[in-house]
Order: sequence, then C-alpha cells, then structure tokens
Amino acid sequence: MKIVVCVKQVPDTESEKALRPEDLTLDREAVDAVMNEMDEFAVEEALQLAERTGGEVTVLLMGPEQGADTIRKALSMGADRALHVVDDALRGSDAVATSAVLAAALREVGFDLVLLGCEASDARTSLVPAMLAERLGLPQLTFAQKVETDGTEITVERLTDYGHDVVTARLPALVSVVEKINEPRYPTFKGIMAAKKKPVRTLDLSDLELDATEVGAAGAWSAVDDFTVRPPRAAGELVKDEGEGGRQLVAFLAGRKLV
Amino acid sequence: MAEILVLVDHLDGDVKKVTLELLTKARALGEPAAVFVGPGFDTAEGRLAEFGAGKVYVADAPELTSHPVAPTAEVLAQLVTSREPAAVLVAGTAEGKEVAARLAVRTGSGVLTDAVDVTEVEGCLVAEQSVFGGSTLVRARVTRGTPIIAMRPNATEPEPAPTAAQRVDVAVALSDAARLATIAQRVFKPRSGRPDLTEASVVVSGGRGVNGAENFPVVEELADALGGAVGASRAAVDAGWYPHQSQVGQTGKTVSPQLYVAAGISGAIQHRAGMQTSKTIVAVNKDPEAPIFDLADFGVIGDLFDVLPQATEEVRARKG
Ligand SMILES: Cc1cc2nc3c(=O)[nH]c(=O)nc-3n(C[C@H](O)[C@H](O)[C@H](O)COP(=O)(O)OP(=O)(O)OC[C@H]3O[C@@H](n4cnc5c(N)ncnc54)[C@H](O)[C@@H]3O)c2cc1C
Ligand SMILES: Cc1cc2nc3c(=O)[nH]c(=O)nc-3n(C[C@H](O)[C@H](O)[C@H](O)COP(=O)(O)OP(=O)(O)OC[C@H]3O[C@@H](n4cnc5c(N)ncnc54)[C@H](O)[C@@H]3O)c2cc1C
Repeated sequence: MKIVVCVKQVPDTESEKALRPEDLTLDREAVDAVMNEMDEFAVEEALQLAERTGGEVTVLLMGPEQGADTIRKALSMGADRALHVVDDALRGSDAVATSAVLAAALREVGFDLVLLGCEASDARTSLVPAMLAERLGLPQLTFAQKVETDGTEITVERLTDYGHDVVTARLPALVSVVEKINEPRYPTFKGIMAAKKKPVRTLDLSDLELDATEVGAAGAWSAVDDFTVRPPRAAGELVKDEGEGGRQLVAFLAGRKLV
Repeated sequence: MAEILVLVDHLDGDVKKVTLELLTKARALGEPAAVFVGPGFDTAEGRLAEFGAGKVYVADAPELTSHPVAPTAEVLAQLVTSREPAAVLVAGTAEGKEVAARLAVRTGSGVLTDAVDVTEVEGCLVAEQSVFGGSTLVRARVTRGTPIIAMRPNATEPEPAPTAAQRVDVAVALSDAARLATIAQRVFKPRSGRPDLTEASVVVSGGRGVNGAENFPVVEELADALGGAVGASRAAVDAGWYPHQSQVGQTGKTVSPQLYVAAGISGAIQHRAGMQTSKTIVAVNKDPEAPIFDLADFGVIGDLFDVLPQATEEVRARKG
C-alpha cells in the first residue's frame, strides 16, 4: 500500500504568532518552526498502517526551504521518502491554492491512501483535507479517531457532535486524524541517522505544471484587507482560598452580573 | 436584494442556536434563505420562520445523509449556481467548515473561516476573523466566486424576526464521488440534558485535577447551579472521565461563553485555543503558577474540592 502523509510546518505552538504589516501574511521568521503537532499523529498512523499492511510512506510538504527540518523529522520517525514543494510564488497561498498544489503533487506521486492532520495549529481552518478530497474525487474520511484497512477497504470512526460515525469506503481514500488516534513515536538515534540517507525530491511549480497565477497571493480567492492586534488579556484578581474561596468567586460573578 | 444562503445546522430538525445567529446576520446583508438538508424539516420550520427565513430550500432525499459532507456541499453548489446568492453562511463547526471547503472548490469561490462578523463595505462583503486565539482581528474578503463564510458560534446575538417560511423543494442528482464514503453506523453518546457546549452562556470545565469520573459531579453541580454546560480538558477525556464531545480546545469544541470556569485545568495552549475568547474567565487551581491564571479575570488558588462545592452552595443561596 502506498501511503502519502501531508505535513505542514508551523510556528512553534507556544509562540506568539503575528501577521506582517508589509504583506499581511504570517510572520514565519520571527518564530521557531516545527511540524504541526496534529501531523505527528498522521505520520504515526501512516507508519503503523504501513507496518501492518506492508506499505511504504511518502511525506509531502508544501512550504519554504526551512520546511526541510519538518520533513527530516518525519523521515526520522520512519517515513521512507519525501516530496517537498518549494517555490517563491507559493507565498500567500490560501487554502484553495494550497489544496491545488497538494492535489497536483499527489497526482504526480500516486497513492492508495492520503493521510493528513485534521487541523493546522497556525491558521486552524481545517479546510485543506476536504478540499483535497473534492479535487481528487476521493472518499473523504476525516476527523478519524480510529482507522482500519486491509489494503482494499477502509473503515474509520469519525468524531461527530453527538458521538461518532463509522464511515467506510474503498481505497484510494483520504483520511484526516485527530489526536486521540495514537501516541506519536519519538525519532530514535538510529532513525535520525537513517533519515539522512532517505530520498527527498524537491519540486517547483513547473514540475507540477502549475502556473504562478494559480497559486500564492496571486491565485488566492480570498484577501486580507487589514488587521488589528487586541491588547492581551490582562490577568485579573487572584485570591488564595482560606476558607472563603468559593464565596469570593461567587461575589466576583455577582459583581459582573453573572449570577 | 440578493439571497444570502444559510446552511441549517440541525440534528433531525432540532435547529442549533448558531443557525439563528446566522439568520440574524444574513438579514442585515440581504434576503435570508435557509438551506435544510436531511430529515426533520417539519420540526425545524417554526424556528427558522421565527428568525426570518422567508424561504427554505429543502433537500431531504435519504441518500443525502448516508454519506458524509459531500452531499450537502453538492446541494449548496446547485443552489449557488441557480440562485446566484450574494453569500453562503455556514456554522464554523468541524462539519460546517468541511462543507464550505468542498463548496469552495466546486463553485470556484474563496472561503473565510472563524468569522465573528460580516459587513457590507462599498458593495463588497468583508468578514472579521478572530485568529491566533482571539489576539488578532483580521478583515478579509473573498475575491473570486461567491463569498463562503464560516461563522463562529456565539459571535452574534440571535434576534427573532417572525415571517412565514416558504418551502422550496430541491432535488439533487448526487455525483458518484459524493457516494464514495458511506456512513455505516451512527453512534450516539447519551445526552446530559444540559445546554449544548458551544451554545451555552456558561461553561464549567474540569481537568486532570478532578481526579476521576466519580468526582465529576462536583463540576456538574456548579454547572447546574449556573445553568451551564460541562466541559473537560483532554487529560480528563483521555482518562475516560468525561465523553469526548465535552472536550474544549484545539481538537475539541471552541467555546465563547459569557462565563468560563476552569477547575483543575493547567491551561495548556491547546486548551486555551478553545476557550480564550470567553467573555469572563474564572480559574480554580491549587498551583499558583498554573498558566490558566494568566488569562483569568478571577482566580482562586485552592483545592477545587473545597472551592467548587462552596461556590455551588453560594449560587443556590443567592438564587433562593
Ligand atoms: C491567521 C490566518 C488565517 C487564515 N484564514 C484563511 C481563510 O479564512 N481562508 C483561507 O482560504 N485561507 C486562510 N489562511 C491561509 C491558510 O492558512 C493556508 O492556505 C494554509 O496553507 C491552509 O490552511 P491551514 O493551515 O488552516 O490548514 P488545515 O486545513 O487546518 O490543515 C489540515 C491539514 O492539511 C495538511 N496541510 C495543510 N497545509 C499544508 C502544507 N502546506 N503542506 C502539506 N500539508 C499541509 C496538514 O496535514 C494539516 O494538518 C489563513 C492563514 C492565516 C495565517
Ligand atoms: C495535537 C494536540 C491537541 C490537543 N488538543 C487539546 C484539546 O482540544 N483540549 C485540551 O484540553 N487539551 C488538548 N491537548 C492537550 C494539552 O496539551 C494538555 O495536555 C491538556 O490540556 C492538559 O489537561 P489538564 O489541564 O486537565 O491537565 P494538567 O495539565 O495535568 O493540569 C491539571 C491541573 O490541575 C491542578 N489540580 C490538580 N488537583 C487539583 C485540585 N484538587 N484542586 C485544584 N487544582 C488541582 C494542577 O495544579 C494542574 O494545574 C492537545 C495536545 C495535542 C498535542
């Protein structure tokens, strides 16, 4: 089974994120970049499915040069090879443009199963997986907390508002995962050494036969006018419970007309 | 005036409050037309009419609900083509955003998520998006196709505007692609009878500090006294103390109530992602260094097993 797992590089989850006034895009230089946490769960699931069904795992990342670090991490965890789409024209892509590029790259490598995280921690749109399913005409099995496949059929438990749905399809298919699904492994020393020798193919737009007007800020179907930064939440009153904590809490609520 | 399509978020006709918020917003932008997919329109009709849906497109073929997401996107795509609405508004829930995603690709339109407001500026719709945990407000617009906007629940106050809802049936020939994934079974977790987490104006959440399913009543009782919903951190959910549907945070629900009470929750970034736009935040934690105190309007350093029951009793006493 050929599995492709899409991973995004994002600012470190704990960092303060900001937009750049010049071009209204996320300031990615100001912060440490890491693999989107949710994508670690997608990589782990890809590795486990490959181990069970005898498949191989390709990592796919769209993003600037420094994305190579995130690719390296996925390879250190055990993925076999990687595809890195890099092109200056990609800057400022919205979800529509991002999904167009990822779809072109997926067609180029071929796959039985595409795995993604259910959400990137920076923009948090959760749009990309459903857009990819639509573009590629694939069954959409998203927000999965459990995945089972025999290499022909696939069944997932999709988290819903009321519990979960059991969703079935035939491969090829697209799956996005939630963090309940597994416990991502840490790269071992051996894994880190092996990763150095694994093949990473770099593609630009011409390799994907995409035009610069279809991607990046030029190809985006949405645009940012401007933004404002809100003053950070000021920490409020802090009391130590000396037997009256509960009543003090309610007195505070009453002061705000919340009881 | 052009129509504004509002996708109805419902479970068998039980309409979610966010839909009433969307209808209220849509009335300010054009003529609201609700789009109802699935069974239960008879149950929903009154509610939709009460909030100003002068027209409701109804697509209730059984096939539409046996496959996830794609059929709803195809119903909307057909209406976007035939009705040329000024915009499509959907609830900014996991499923709402997925419908928006597919609809965008199908109709060649841009999509904006996390909108807390939409206004018309010189003939163009501009959405205000709350991003980076509410620290930044972005104004953005769709530049191609029909604006598709996913609105945050609890961002608008729903206001009734009673009308008669005209039912217009829509027949959709589903594409083969929309039938590729099939819902084999729906599993319902028992419901608590408390308000819906994302709709509630008060949420009381418990974390690892609650230390066991058997202790959760201490959280539930405060929630009940305040008329609120019960939430939980991932630590409490993963330990099996509370169902996943109650998880607040990055992969759980995003809530924005008038009051959020965090008990025995440290305030990890992934938890804050789901609650930091709450209007008032109160925290109870025995660790004075817990990061949750950085964003609390009021914090009690103490044992939740002392503080919560006393607060519950006090609320009950004040309510008489
Ligand atoms: C603050 C902010 C708000 C934004 N709002 C919008 C908006 O409203 N509408 C819009 O169209 N765009 C928006 N964008 C742009 C959007 O972030 C990018 O287009 C992004 O590439 C896709 O969206 P996402 O990061 O939310 O991904 P999601 O859809 O949340 O990501 C889900 C999964 O898709 C995969 N994935 C995502 N990106 C990549 C990648 N580059 N390479 C490999 N795999 C990937 C990962 O597996 C990830 O877990 C916004 C950006 C920012 C910074
Ligand atoms: C990809 C990803 C997604 C995630 N998504 C989510 C999410 O959606 N929601 C979420 O919540 N987390 C999420 N997490 C997990 C998050 O990082 C934290 O691990 C989690 O929020 C911790 O839960 P907690 O605060 O209950 O537990 P802890 O961090 O263990 O905190 C427990 C707190 O309780 C206090 N305490 C203990 N006993 C008492 C007592 N008797 N009285 C008062 N206080 C007491 C302690 O001082 C401590 O501060 C995610 C993580 C990842 C990697």
